Amino acid sequence: MNYVLPVGDFLMAGEASSNVKKILNQLGIPPRIVKRTAVAMYEAELNAVIHAYGGRAEVEITKDFIVVEVIDDGPGIPDIELAMTEGYSTAPDEIREMGFGAGMGLPNIKRNADEFSIESEVGKGTRVRIVVYFNR
Amino acid sequence: MGEYFHSVTLDEEKCRGCTNCIKRCPVEAIRVRKSKARIINERCIDCGECIRACPHHAKKAISDPLDTINRFRYRIAVPAPTLYGQFKTSHSRNDILNALKAVGFDDVFEVAFAAEIVSEATKELIKSGEYPKPIISSACPAVVKLIQLRFPNLIDNILRLESPMEVAAGLARERAVRTLGLKPEDIGVFFISPCAAKVTSVKAPYEKEKSFVDAVISIRDVYLKILSGLGRQKELEPLDIAGFEGIRWAGSGGESLALGTDSFLAVDGIHNVINILEEVENDRLEDVEFLEALACTGGCLGGPLAVENVYVAKNRLKRRIDEARNSDAENRRSIVESIIRDGRKFVWTCTVQHKPVMKLDEDLAKAMQKLGQLEKINEELPGLDCGACGAPSCRALAEDIVRGMANETDCIFKLREKVRQLAFEMMELEGKMPPVLDKSAGGE
Repeated sequence: MNYVLPVGDFLMAGEASSNVKKILNQLGIPPRIVKRTAVAMYEAELNAVIHAYGGRAEVEITKDFIVVEVIDDGPGIPDIELAMTEGYSTAPDEIREMGFGAGMGLPNIKRNADEFSIESEVGKGTRVRIVVYFNR
Repeated sequence: MGEYFHSVTLDEEKCRGCTNCIKRCPVEAIRVRKSKARIINERCIDCGECIRACPHHAKKAISDPLDTINRFRYRIAVPAPTLYGQFKTSHSRNDILNALKAVGFDDVFEVAFAAEIVSEATKELIKSGEYPKPIISSACPAVVKLIQLRFPNLIDNILRLESPMEVAAGLARERAVRTLGLKPEDIGVFFISPCAAKVTSVKAPYEKEKSFVDAVISIRDVYLKILSGLGRQKELEPLDIAGFEGIRWAGSGGESLALGTDSFLAVDGIHNVINILEEVENDRLEDVEFLEALACTGGCLGGPLAVENVYVAKNRLKRRIDEARNSDAENRRSIVESIIRDGRKFVWTCTVQHKPVMKLDEDLAKAMQKLGQLEKINEELPGLDCGACGAPSCRALAEDIVRGMANETDCIFKLREKVRQLAFEMMELEGKMPPVLDKSAGGE
């Protein structure tokens, strides 16, 4: 099963992951798994909102796992290893003032996902891939 | 009482089958069938939104009639602090309590006093660090049920302490047995309630086997009797034992303010509550220590069984709080502390379980198949969410169809499409002639 969900601005932040959560609940996926998926996806969504002013989420659900790819055409990440460091953030001040951009986004995605990968090209955009298994 | 007893019910006579309630229900628990708004019992959380939404007053909250009290020899009223917001402040709180007693009770025990005890016990539990953050208040039964249905990951965050109502009922009964030597079965304890969900939670408690409360009487049903009795009691008994922190529980934020921490969040109104619980479930509010979530706007003061407008009641309650603030707080504190020496005795003996009512099928493969169908049907529906099919949205109709509870032609747009198609086919058929009668062309 496949979905493409828009990732928009701050008004829409969290909508895509919230929709995925509803879908997983309708499938009867265990609550813990739903939560991990939703948290990881929410963080990825938020990154796309903050750094790229939006993008899209491609979701694939099978009976064993869910794959979420959050794709944006934003500025890209020059040093992924650095970006993965807890507390490292390039979010502008006004975003931090809203309580976001604490530099925990990517590490938090990694913590909640069973598989996690990130591809990025400066000037082109970023693609975050999250896999969560249902029965592990 | 069965598991699915609900206080919120439908008055068949008054219901016109309009769509006001189905659109406002936060858990999509209402469908209109045969011109009547049916509540899906396993989904209803008794929040009372439909009662407020219905312009025909067809949705109502069932509570126990006042004459239930006659079944007991000794009757104790335990009034919710919301009661104090219902009357003008020209009469004291003690006037109200004595007038309530004169309605037909032998004793009155303030739930607001028990609320202070619960606050103390909550402080201890916060300190213990046993709970994931934020601890979510269990004072509102509709919110507890909402979490059971929609936020199973937050069940462990629910404060497993008895509600002020239960604590008050337990203490009042204990006192009557101890001081008057009454048999427990002769004593009836009656909660005077602004809240529909409390009626349900007394009949089918989730936190223990049996509630200490025997019946729930709505504030509406005693309001006029109290009003006419105000100022007419010759001798006033000192029934006002609660302090301002307990009284403050009636409004949103009251429970939180009593905890002495700045790190709390108080949200009221069921739709706002859902948004905040989403945030909590996404781990966005871990820096909040305590979350007070109340289904009714304004908190219990806005309950569907209260009489006075919630904002008027809020203003009056504020004055009651200020009055109580000046009374002898120190003396009262020592009484509270002596009762809660063992705060643990108010901990729940049962707990709530996840109710996966949104699940489409027990079997994952089948659920996926149904979800696929659901999406396909949903795409073909007009997306107007008009409610004319009896479901709150097009997606809800699609869900009902795959669950076998509705048909595609329940949608009037789909129906029209079908009729049009049929008419078109008929016109086409009308133009055709049986060959033996066909004189138009070609026949040799």
